[in-house]
Amino acid sequence: MRDDLLVLARDLRVKFTTGVNAVNGVDFDLRQREVLCILGESGSGKSVTLRALMRLNPPTKTIMSGTLELGGRDVVQASENEMSDLRGPFVSMIFQEPMTALDPVFTIGRQITETILRHENISRRKARRRALELLELVQIPSAKRRLDAYPHELSGGLRQRAMIAIALSCRPKLLLADEPTTALDASVQIQILLLLREIQQELGMGMIFVTHDLGVAGEVADRIAVMYAGRFIEEGPVADLMRQPLHPYAKGLLGATVHEGSRGKRLTTIPGAPPDLRDLPGGCAFAPRCTEAEGACLAHLPELRTPVPDRAARCIHVDDRPAAFGERLAS
Amino acid sequence: MLLYTLRRILYAVPIALAVSLVCFMLVHIAPGDPIDAILPPDASAETVALVRKDYGLDKPLPVQFGLWLAHVVQGDFGRSIANRRLVADELVSAASKTFILATTAASLGFVIGCILGGLAGAFRGTLIDRAAVSFAVGGVSVPHYWLGMVLVIIFSVTLGWLPSMSAGPGDWAWDWLHIRHLILPAITLSVIPAGLVTRTVRGVVVEILSQDFMTTLRGKGLRRLMLTVHVMKNAAPTALAVMGLQLGYLMGGSILVETVFAWPGTGMMLNQAIFQRDIPVLQGTTLVLAMIFVALNLLVDLIQTALDPRMRRT
Repeated sequence: MRDDLLVLARDLRVKFTTGVNAVNGVDFDLRQREVLCILGESGSGKSVTLRALMRLNPPTKTIMSGTLELGGRDVVQASENEMSDLRGPFVSMIFQEPMTALDPVFTIGRQITETILRHENISRRKARRRALELLELVQIPSAKRRLDAYPHELSGGLRQRAMIAIALSCRPKLLLADEPTTALDASVQIQILLLLREIQQELGMGMIFVTHDLGVAGEVADRIAVMYAGRFIEEGPVADLMRQPLHPYAKGLLGATVHEGSRGKRLTTIPGAPPDLRDLPGGCAFAPRCTEAEGACLAHLPELRTPVPDRAARCIHVDDRPAAFGERLAS
Repeated sequence: MLLYTLRRILYAVPIALAVSLVCFMLVHIAPGDPIDAILPPDASAETVALVRKDYGLDKPLPVQFGLWLAHVVQGDFGRSIANRRLVADELVSAASKTFILATTAASLGFVIGCILGGLAGAFRGTLIDRAAVSFAVGGVSVPHYWLGMVLVIIFSVTLGWLPSMSAGPGDWAWDWLHIRHLILPAITLSVIPAGLVTRTVRGVVVEILSQDFMTTLRGKGLRRLMLTVHVMKNAAPTALAVMGLQLGYLMGGSILVETVFAWPGTGMMLNQAIFQRDIPVLQGTTLVLAMIFVALNLLVDLIQTALDPRMRRT
């Protein structure tokens, strides 16, 4: 295995004891400095996948199976202690709602330093100095004063910056972001996105970004994975995927969103609703809503097909002969 | 924070005034003439009038209230009608005894409640949880004079380990001679606050554990001990609020238990004063207890504000 591989997931599955099959076989790799965006609607399993990477889903209610390795360490089998050693210095996460994701009765400074002190053997004073540097790194104005501020004393944008500072406190190799801009004003959203991308490049982190917003995905990602009913149904480089989606669901998503290519076209909707994750159909989970569906779609779960290197889609209509793909592009 | 403290203390003044008016009026609204308790039934009309004048009971009520308040502010609660002793002296001695009993019972209840409630919340749905909740329901429901008598039967009468009466010889001291008198009444009184605190803490802990920030904290790699510190600091304001109110109730509400154990505190004093229609004692005791309650509420508010930064804004 190459040692710059941060994440290796093979047939990763997450099931809840309530009977919900949230993640149903996800395969992907993530290398250093790479940004992967997981795109999907609510309930597609993208947040659960992200939390599974840190094993943060409720421990007593979650059953994980398949292979998942972070920097070569087995996450499925690791003890809780081993996991907590990874959380912080190797991998950390930014959450969607900074108001509820920060402890309301501890200062921002304390919430950063406690992470540093947990993982590194340095003095309280040094940890505090690092906390100040982190607040400056995430461009919080008058950082020194904000160290002693409580979360409720900050605006939404500043709070999310503080959240990022906490996530970065032990210089993780892998940063996970769970819709980090969804709860923010549109003008603040773009600032946070730019900040995240800037910091990711500066620190050379790998990043996995979960969103339901195509625009956000296009802004930050190198690669996009489209998720539906707990599976990656399409994966590829961001520009290619947005220019020419392969899977009917990905096409539908692009058709339903305002983006550069949609100027002058009518927006379309995807009919129907996502399937019940307690009782998934046997074949392609999207088939009941798909305009191109045929009998074979329901018979078996379609294999991932690779029409060109680096791109893959889980649809029987995708021709995995490179020549045929070229013809279709030409036509 | 200082400004807030001063303002809260200022707010307490009208409350205290209103409380003292109510204390004064209650005794006069209640049926029965205090003179009847002092003089034999066949006393002559002149004697009655004389005694009435002597105690100031012949003046109009507002004047009586004004006079009483003026004295009370100077720490003069008058003399007991029944035994002619200074009410203030009696009160100090009784209130200190009650204070010892109430704080011991409250601390005991608080510690038990926090431990049981915390465990129940952390292990929700398990056997531990069900045992703790059953204890809480039992603790709140059991009549404590009954529990007191049962404890006396077991530990004093049958086993003969602990005394069942009084607060020990002479002045109070924290030695075994006195503490052994404290054990049974303190346990009896602690059961209700222990039950209430268990229930409250359990609810709060369950709620805190389901909060998003707990996932963040786990995501930072914090160990169980550090997570517990976070849970405790978040739960503390609520737990303390419940405890403060309970301490207030215990300061005034232990009439039954103090009577069962013959503990010479305010509860027993009130009990006697009621039966003897000893108005100065009744008024003084009620007022002091009410004031302690007001002061405790104030204290709880201030501690809560100190613990929870979100409450400091107003």
